Amino acid sequence: MIKAKNLTKKFGEFIAVDNISFNVEKAEIFGFLGPNGAGKSTTIKMLTTLLHPTSGEIEINGINPAQHQDKVRESFGIVFQDPSLDEELTAYENMNFHAVLYKVPFDIRKPRIEELLNFVELWDKRNEFVKNYSGGMKRRLEIARGFLHHPKIIFLDEPTLGLDPQTRNYMWNYINDLNKKEQTTVFFTTHYMEEADRVADRIAIIDHGKIVASGTPEQLKAQTGKDNLEDAFLELTGSKIREEEASGLDRMRMHSKMWRRRR
Amino acid sequence: MSTIYILWLRQIKRYLRSRSRIIGSLGQPVLFLVALGFGFGPIFQKAGKGNYIEFLAPGIIAMSILFTAIFSGVEMIWDRQFGFLKETLVAPVSRLNIMIGRVFGGATASVFQGIIVLVISMIAGFRVHSIGLILLSLVFMILISLLFTALGTAIASMLEDFQGFQLIMSFLVMPLFFLSGALFPLQGLPEAMKIVAAVDPLSYGVDGLRFALTGASHFGIGIDFAVLIIITFLLLIVGSFLFSRIEV
Repeated sequence: MIKAKNLTKKFGEFIAVDNISFNVEKAEIFGFLGPNGAGKSTTIKMLTTLLHPTSGEIEINGINPAQHQDKVRESFGIVFQDPSLDEELTAYENMNFHAVLYKVPFDIRKPRIEELLNFVELWDKRNEFVKNYSGGMKRRLEIARGFLHHPKIIFLDEPTLGLDPQTRNYMWNYINDLNKKEQTTVFFTTHYMEEADRVADRIAIIDHGKIVASGTPEQLKAQTGKDNLEDAFLELTGSKIREEEASGLDRMRMHSKMWRRRR
Repeated sequence: MSTIYILWLRQIKRYLRSRSRIIGSLGQPVLFLVALGFGFGPIFQKAGKGNYIEFLAPGIIAMSILFTAIFSGVEMIWDRQFGFLKETLVAPVSRLNIMIGRVFGGATASVFQGIIVLVISMIAGFRVHSIGLILLSLVFMILISLLFTALGTAIASMLEDFQGFQLIMSFLVMPLFFLSGALFPLQGLPEAMKIVAAVDPLSYGVDGLRFALTGASHFGIGIDFAVLIIITFLLLIVGSFLFSRIEV
């Protein structure tokens, strides 16, 4: 369902993703783990057509995004790591905006939005502006929105960040269910190793832009001789603390400096 | 089509909900109208040019449209910073339609703003030349709005944050306004100033608007119309090219 071959992304001199290859099968739940700044988000952005790879090939749902961007975009849903809601609109308007862009037929738009907002328990607050939402509520809204158009593949970039254990559990149950019922392929990143261990069919661990290990959680544990995934992860990536990944805003500042220099 | 509509609707909702912005952006035109209009009025009269408010009002309407339109376009930088741009860019719709929806939305808001200023200037004593030509003035308001929203969007496609915004205001928006003949007649200007005014697209917008509202024109209404259409079209093409290259 997702194929990456010799995928590389360079930002100037910096190699964010270094010649990685992997395959995700249909209906698989695939965990993409790595320390901060390892290249997880950059990889997701390339898979979801937001960034052009420097080199290498991608295939999503059998389609090459370099040639058929819109076909590829139709087939996946994404929950971004950082917020991507319009705060000046209400929750319902955000959902409706998404439904129109993804051509969800008019007559099922409303029931579908109601179903999903009910699922994340925001239906009662649907007419409130998103700017008045708490961090956790915004997160839940983003998750609901990602599922709105019944995507064949769902990308989840640290979806459970800032959610309480109840919501997290609830959400994973829903995803598991969807995965079983609709054969949705799930590609996710997380920093919670115990979560990855529990839900992922297969895991790839990326560090410094390279995939250092991949396999089922059991295989990874066996390979490193540890009895839990967290220890296996630390064994594979070392225990040195990493530089925090540049936030969107920092990267923007960097870009704007580059832009200014270019003129 | 539905993409264009939903993006247009979003711009309109955002505009109508930002009451402080609407009111705030009326302050400047009112100040210009009152301070310049009544301040220079007597001198203008003595120079034999007639009623200054009459001359000034179309220029001030064009100014408020210019500011609102450029700002609506540049507003896209907010979307980038708040992350919403990503949501539109991963959607399976053509980027041209996204761009067009945004521009139409921003332009509609700017036309509103222009109409409000027209009403205010009428309160300040401005009288339209002919009721029938009000429709024509609306056409010019729409053209000016489209042109400068497209320009703002094109610029925003190249900027990553608001640091460059001041630069745009000082070296693009202000010169566009002050050199356009919005405040003074273009007749009898030094040659250099005439050339500058002739390359400023707002000059044609002001001129067309002035013709529609007061019956006087410098370039001629046909030229005004043609120049605005062509430049708007070019900016839409350039803008959608720049927009299609955005990576987030």
